[in-house]
Amino acid sequence: MRIVVAMSGGVDSSVAAALLAEQGHDVIGLSMQLYDQAEGQTSFGSCCSLDDLHDARRVAAAINIPHYILNFERQFDDQVISNFVREYAAGRTPLPCARCNSDLKFATLASRARGLGADRVATGHYARVERDPASGRYLLKRGVDPSKDQSYFLFSLTQDQLAQAVFPVGDQAKEAVRAYARERRLPVADKPDSQEICFIPDNDYAAFVSKRAPAAARPGAIVDEKGQVLAAHDGVHRFTVGQRKGLGLPSSATGKPMYVLALRPAERQVVVGPRSSLERTALTASEVNWIGDRPGRGESLRATVQIRHRHLPAAATVRALGDARAEVTFDTPQIAITPGQAVVFYAEEVVVGGGWIEGNGP
Amino acid sequence: MRVYFDYNATTPLSPDATEVVVRTTREVFGNASSVHLFGQQAKATLDDARSAVAALINGDPSEVVFTSGGTESDNFAIRGVAEALEALGRRHLVASAIEHEAVLNTLRALARRGWTVTLLPVDQSGITSAAALREAITDRTAVVSVMHANNEIGTIQPIAELAAVAHERGALFHTDAVQSAGKIPIDVRALGVDLLSLSAHKFNGPKGAGALWVKRGTRMLPILTGGKHERNRRAGTENVPAIAGFGTAARLAAGKLTAESVRLAALRDRLEAGILRSVPGTAVNGTVRPRVPNTTNISFDRVEAESLLIALDLEGVAVSTGSACSSGTLEPSHVLKAMGLPAHRTQNSLRFSLGLYSTDEEVDFVVGVLPRLVEKLRALTQKAAVVRRA
Repeated sequence: MRIVVAMSGGVDSSVAAALLAEQGHDVIGLSMQLYDQAEGQTSFGSCCSLDDLHDARRVAAAINIPHYILNFERQFDDQVISNFVREYAAGRTPLPCARCNSDLKFATLASRARGLGADRVATGHYARVERDPASGRYLLKRGVDPSKDQSYFLFSLTQDQLAQAVFPVGDQAKEAVRAYARERRLPVADKPDSQEICFIPDNDYAAFVSKRAPAAARPGAIVDEKGQVLAAHDGVHRFTVGQRKGLGLPSSATGKPMYVLALRPAERQVVVGPRSSLERTALTASEVNWIGDRPGRGESLRATVQIRHRHLPAAATVRALGDARAEVTFDTPQIAITPGQAVVFYAEEVVVGGGWIEGNGP
Repeated sequence: MRVYFDYNATTPLSPDATEVVVRTTREVFGNASSVHLFGQQAKATLDDARSAVAALINGDPSEVVFTSGGTESDNFAIRGVAEALEALGRRHLVASAIEHEAVLNTLRALARRGWTVTLLPVDQSGITSAAALREAITDRTAVVSVMHANNEIGTIQPIAELAAVAHERGALFHTDAVQSAGKIPIDVRALGVDLLSLSAHKFNGPKGAGALWVKRGTRMLPILTGGKHERNRRAGTENVPAIAGFGTAARLAAGKLTAESVRLAALRDRLEAGILRSVPGTAVNGTVRPRVPNTTNISFDRVEAESLLIALDLEGVAVSTGSACSSGTLEPSHVLKAMGLPAHRTQNSLRFSLGLYSTDEEVDFVVGVLPRLVEKLRALTQKAAVVRRA
């Protein structure tokens, strides 16, 4: 079978490609060039991502598969970066990796793959896709390595996209993946995992958003729950719900640490309060994608629900609303339900569905 | 079947040149600047190659400066003249808008340091005119640089006419002949130029060897400073084996220039006609005449060139989307853009460039596989458009 592997230059997608090639598939490596590599002409070779593309090429050569770099700068900007900036400007905390998966890797890249005669698109995600023999639907499941599971970032894949998806490392532990890479002498075997958002290598989100959307960088006030002004700030895009550090507050009379509770971009306000005020029991989600059977409007189901990547899933009732929306009510209060992040519903290891967090309270 | 139709990017080393490079590497290791026998052998090897390269362009061997290739030659020509004529108040540089990056980015670098740069427009056929140059040139112009043949579309510029205009105003004239040398006859005297760049690997010579022909008496400064190599014009120990291979390639090219250009033109024309006939929605970019005999640039409606290039490669056919140096960038071809082609055509065009080892069977093979690949890609574009509308 001809399979396209989306090669990022990291160890996971490199091993994914190597495994598929070893299984005898006709493997084609594609890497996406996502943002302007020519920037910073005065500092030669400092761009980390150019190194990643180079690494992908070296791996492809090592395992003897053809490899191409596709220029997706325009698409990435339209579909991922613009959304990222818009979300921060709107006082939300975006999750660009999930957008990139559904709107780029399993959309534009997958379409290119079909044009090249490939039926499948493989990535280095730690997740599994299986076909449910009873319903005929494709199921998305957590990767077997709980510390690396990335199913959270894949919740928005449709049935068509899942039918095309292959996750060769999803049934492996990270250490096994690294061991395999070493054994095969892949040049990226000991490359550290990427941590930050790929298009902001210096991790300074605020500066990035200010540059792209100067209008978002308007100063405003930090207020407490009663609306009393405590300090000034340089723009709501610098904050995220649950944030404690870097608020620049004078030490409060109570001496209790303060957390960001909510962002109100229209009023340019950042609302802060004690940790107890971060607790919420309900949220609403939009653009909900049901991977399992879609419940009828108004119907409820029980699930364990995850509200960010590193969140211990919590028991909740999920009620389907119209317009691809859903309402989630947790059995116990959750800390820092953050608008803009994904909310993903699980039944055991299976992703039932998920959406984008809109609001965090009834 | 593996088909290589990307000769404008680079060419395979001919067996004769390979043999010379290997033999020279083994037997002539001396430094051409050394006084002893080893040095003299190396010097003799260089002199022999210099004569061969000079003969290819009807220059004098003493006017040939060996460089590392086309990019260095272009840099040397423009920077060398710009710096030498700066003192005379000539701080203006002119080039065509469709030059290779080696010229364009050199001009941009100089523009950042205070030189003024004017780019000459080209018409839809990909040709610039003496009239355009007359309008752009001033008494402060140091050098005019217009390529002989374009790397992406193959069109040949009216160099003799342009050089005459430059000289009327006291400016020097440089032509980048990297894509014409070894493909069509070149006579530096007839062209009337002062500087001409060429590169060995574009006509079956080795990579890493090129030359700048500098007309005797031309005012310029070296850009690589150091020892007294190349008559004080280009410092650095010469790459003797590669230059020897360059000489061999020049001799071979000169020997069969006419016959080979006739053969290639026929092959290229057959390929071009075959594609236009068998794939609907195709058109040739740029004028078909005057053009180097090996190149055609074709746009495929409703197909992303990047995808078609990969699909062709997976079928064993190597082509390119334009300049190899700029692939991997999203920028549409600056050449097609300068010709005024609409945006979609600048992004769905492929360059097919043939050469010494291209055959009729290869042309048939390419014409045979293309319709199916284009069809497949178009079907997807259509589907995506429908999905977007829905």
